[in-house]
Amino acid sequence: MALLEVENLQTHFRAADGINRAVDGLNFHVNARETVAIVGESGCGKSVTAMSILRLIPEPPGKIAGAIRFDGRDLLTLSDREMRAIRGNEISMIFQEPMTSLNPVLTVGKQIGETLRLHQGMSSNQAEARAVEMLKLVGIPEPERRVREYPHQLSGGMRQRVMIAIALACNPKLLIADEPTTALDVTIQAQILDLMRDLKNTVGAAIVIITHDLGVVAEVAERVIVMYAGRKVEEAAVEKLFRNPRHPYTQGLLGSMPKLGSSLSGEETRLQEIPGLVPSLKRKIDGCVFASRCSYATDLCRTISPALEEKAEGHIAACHYAIKEAVAA
Amino acid sequence: MSTPILEVNDLKKHFPIRGGFFGGVTGYVYAVDGVSFSIEKGETLSLVGESGCGKSTVGKAILKLFDLTDGQVVLDGQRIDDMGYSTLRPIRRRLGVVFQDPFSSLNPRMKVRDILAEPIRNFGLAKDGADLDRRVEELLDRVRLPRDAGNRWPHEFSGGQRQRICIARALAGEPDVIICDEAVSALDVSVKAQIVNLLQDLQRELGLAMLFISHDLAIVEHMTHRVAVMYLGKIVEVAPKKQLFAAPKHPYTEALLSAVPVPEPGAARERIILTGDVPSPINPPKGCRFHTRCPYAFDRCRQDEPVLRQTEAGHWSACHLHDKPDAENPLAGARGAAIIAHH
Amino acid sequence: MASASVLSPGDVTPGSVKAAAPLPDIMPPVKARKGLWGYMYRNPAIAIGGTIVLAMILMAIFAPFLGTVDPTALAPARRTREPSAQYWFGTDMLGRDVYSRVVYGARVSLIVGFAVAFFSSVAGLTIGLISGFIRWADNIIMRIMDGLMSIPSILLAIALMALTRGSVGNVILAITVAEIPRVSRLVRGVVLSLREQPYVDAAIASGTRTPVIIWRHILPNTIAPMTVQATYVCASAMIVESILSFIGAGTPPIIPSWGNIMAEGRALWQVKPYIVFFPALFLSVTVLAVNLLGDGLRDALDPRMAKRI
Repeated sequence: MALLEVENLQTHFRAADGINRAVDGLNFHVNARETVAIVGESGCGKSVTAMSILRLIPEPPGKIAGAIRFDGRDLLTLSDREMRAIRGNEISMIFQEPMTSLNPVLTVGKQIGETLRLHQGMSSNQAEARAVEMLKLVGIPEPERRVREYPHQLSGGMRQRVMIAIALACNPKLLIADEPTTALDVTIQAQILDLMRDLKNTVGAAIVIITHDLGVVAEVAERVIVMYAGRKVEEAAVEKLFRNPRHPYTQGLLGSMPKLGSSLSGEETRLQEIPGLVPSLKRKIDGCVFASRCSYATDLCRTISPALEEKAEGHIAACHYAIKEAVAA
Repeated sequence: MSTPILEVNDLKKHFPIRGGFFGGVTGYVYAVDGVSFSIEKGETLSLVGESGCGKSTVGKAILKLFDLTDGQVVLDGQRIDDMGYSTLRPIRRRLGVVFQDPFSSLNPRMKVRDILAEPIRNFGLAKDGADLDRRVEELLDRVRLPRDAGNRWPHEFSGGQRQRICIARALAGEPDVIICDEAVSALDVSVKAQIVNLLQDLQRELGLAMLFISHDLAIVEHMTHRVAVMYLGKIVEVAPKKQLFAAPKHPYTEALLSAVPVPEPGAARERIILTGDVPSPINPPKGCRFHTRCPYAFDRCRQDEPVLRQTEAGHWSACHLHDKPDAENPLAGARGAAIIAHH
Repeated sequence: MASASVLSPGDVTPGSVKAAAPLPDIMPPVKARKGLWGYMYRNPAIAIGGTIVLAMILMAIFAPFLGTVDPTALAPARRTREPSAQYWFGTDMLGRDVYSRVVYGARVSLIVGFAVAFFSSVAGLTIGLISGFIRWADNIIMRIMDGLMSIPSILLAIALMALTRGSVGNVILAITVAEIPRVSRLVRGVVLSLREQPYVDAAIASGTRTPVIIWRHILPNTIAPMTVQATYVCASAMIVESILSFIGAGTPPIIPSWGNIMAEGRALWQVKPYIVFFPALFLSVTVLAVNLLGDGLRDALDPRMAKRI
């Protein structure tokens, strides 16, 4: 059984001028110790998915439907108290902005220790010792000194390391990282991605990484889910997805990215454009959500919404026209 | 070599830090500390570096959005940095600018038509009202927006469309040089491609020179002719694109290239992961500014500051390693392919 | 290198494709409320606050037609009557009709509130713009404003009133002077942050002259936070006016104002509480309504800018 199973997740928000169907009918699973990336552009519902899993969506104006089974329990049926015992303990989260996610008036050590005292009933001394250990784990030099410092005394990269230390302090089974490197400079991003790869092997938590950056996906993920307009449009193991994207949207995304080293290989071509704009999620879309921007779209696409089908082994796409290979039954 | 359209000589901008009860100066942020480069007609020069390296300050200094601490800005042979604001005003026509954030770059209380008409009126380019309308429509056509866009408000447009409006405004004065300050960084991947293509087309059609300020090396490689890499207020390397990407001659450039995540799972590449963070520009390190993070730093780097010098035709770098014999110089040879790992 | 595979053409027909399962609605649909009602539904604070303020204004304008008698007419024979069908709010110790006095009193409170809001906004806007644009003036002006702000505005108003004769005009002047520092500080802050906006940089780079930048790019964007601030100033001015009148330093006793009525009823508070109660109720409701309107405007107007207030 998978560690996390999301079934027909719908997260909608009520607004003055309509209902925003931010996530609409999303299915996916995450196995223990696996790293899954959810990738898509802004407004595709990837962050809302993460917030829905942790039930951090304010209700109202939001509403979550479907099932989110974690370790066999449906998170959507738990009481607030049971949910609090899971957040930060069995499932923890890293946010994009490390400065605003840390409390400026508490030392780093206190913030790491807080979750330990809360969830694992450690004493202050035990918690502090563990905090030092965690800082060492995330590669912060002089952890004994740093543990007594405040967030503003740390640089952006250090703060993100502290965030990771807090997230991992209780040995979670699942770590959700929402754009963990987007606010960081490229050399710092490389450090954090490197750290995440190391930790994957040492800590043994499953990771869901949410990002818009296909480069980051290729660096850390094992399996990729591509989201567009609140739906999953494609899912495959990372090599398969990058080597052989089957959904026109994924193909468009890859084609619209300039490749580093293009001047060396002489592949200096014009970037592929995906014309038009993401459709409004406040109206129900008939047919395929991508049809309005897809150069292959036919009337069929505009009327019948394509189901997610296994187009090749372990490679799922929602497109009527995606090439289908024989799948071993 | 033809005369450059824009030349920047030893540009310095030190922002005072004020503190204390009387607001006295307690120190300086050495945002830009001696930067020189030139751009030819129709050329794109990219200024790359991480946040806080001073690249955006260089762009704003050229536009004289504040006074310089030191140095010169020469536009088409004419020095503009020491001009008074009223003398400079008509000359501003020749410099266009596009900023990063398409949402705060447009006055929310002005219609698109008025936004585009403002520079045309300021520079007295339109003969009459009909000519003004024609020019506004022409600008909208150029950036591929519908002509009725003029009667709408900025908030009615998406990020990509707003950036098109910003580009149209930058073109309104019929400039010679366009400064793009992270002009595509805030956009989504698919929209980014649209704007990159538009900028490239416009440059070709209009023969514009472009200063492309960005932190995104893949986009820079796609857009540019030459690249200047900045670190802590200084240029550490300048080279034509192919030379820089094939054979970076500064350890910082090398590390930057190796740090960019590429969309190729399992790509075999040599990785150089820098330790530590960028030091504060308030108190930059002595000697080479990069020595605190440089994997190859040796004693001399902690003492003398290296100067930018030519190692190959058109390829300038500021690194002491090039005084060593090739066998001891890790930057000798073309290492770009190994770092980027592009098949 | 990732090669985008071409999609398969041909043999795809409506019969052969697999359609996705339909997605249910998990929320009842949003009713489209258009026009005035829709606006009021979405902005209840503006609707409620605005309605009460409007009612007060109408009451003040049409005071003579609302079943009132001369609010200054003395009738010692009928003094201190309890509220009744004839004297809705009773009569005071000089036999004047409290209802009529309260209705007419709205005129003073509203005039003072709106006039102070208007004049202090105009003055604050001018000072704030100068301060935000001329650096050397900024230091001097802001030190003066700091000095003024260190005196509680009510004390400053009392001190100013002590120098002049009690009249509605002088009350407005005194409260305006006391409110100016707050408004100009706000405008200065807004101007300084607007100056940093890329569209202002872009306008400078487009050769726009400074006066035009102020007029076209800065001023229109200060209107939203200014309007919100003006409502708060209006509410506070009405309270200050009542306090001044209550302690006898404001509107002359001959003119009925809510503060005056309360001041006169003070002595009889324990035996005839209604004389104080009704003007106090009207004052509270009006101030509450104006503040509610301000909160509603803050949320409805550009939220990013208004958050700073």
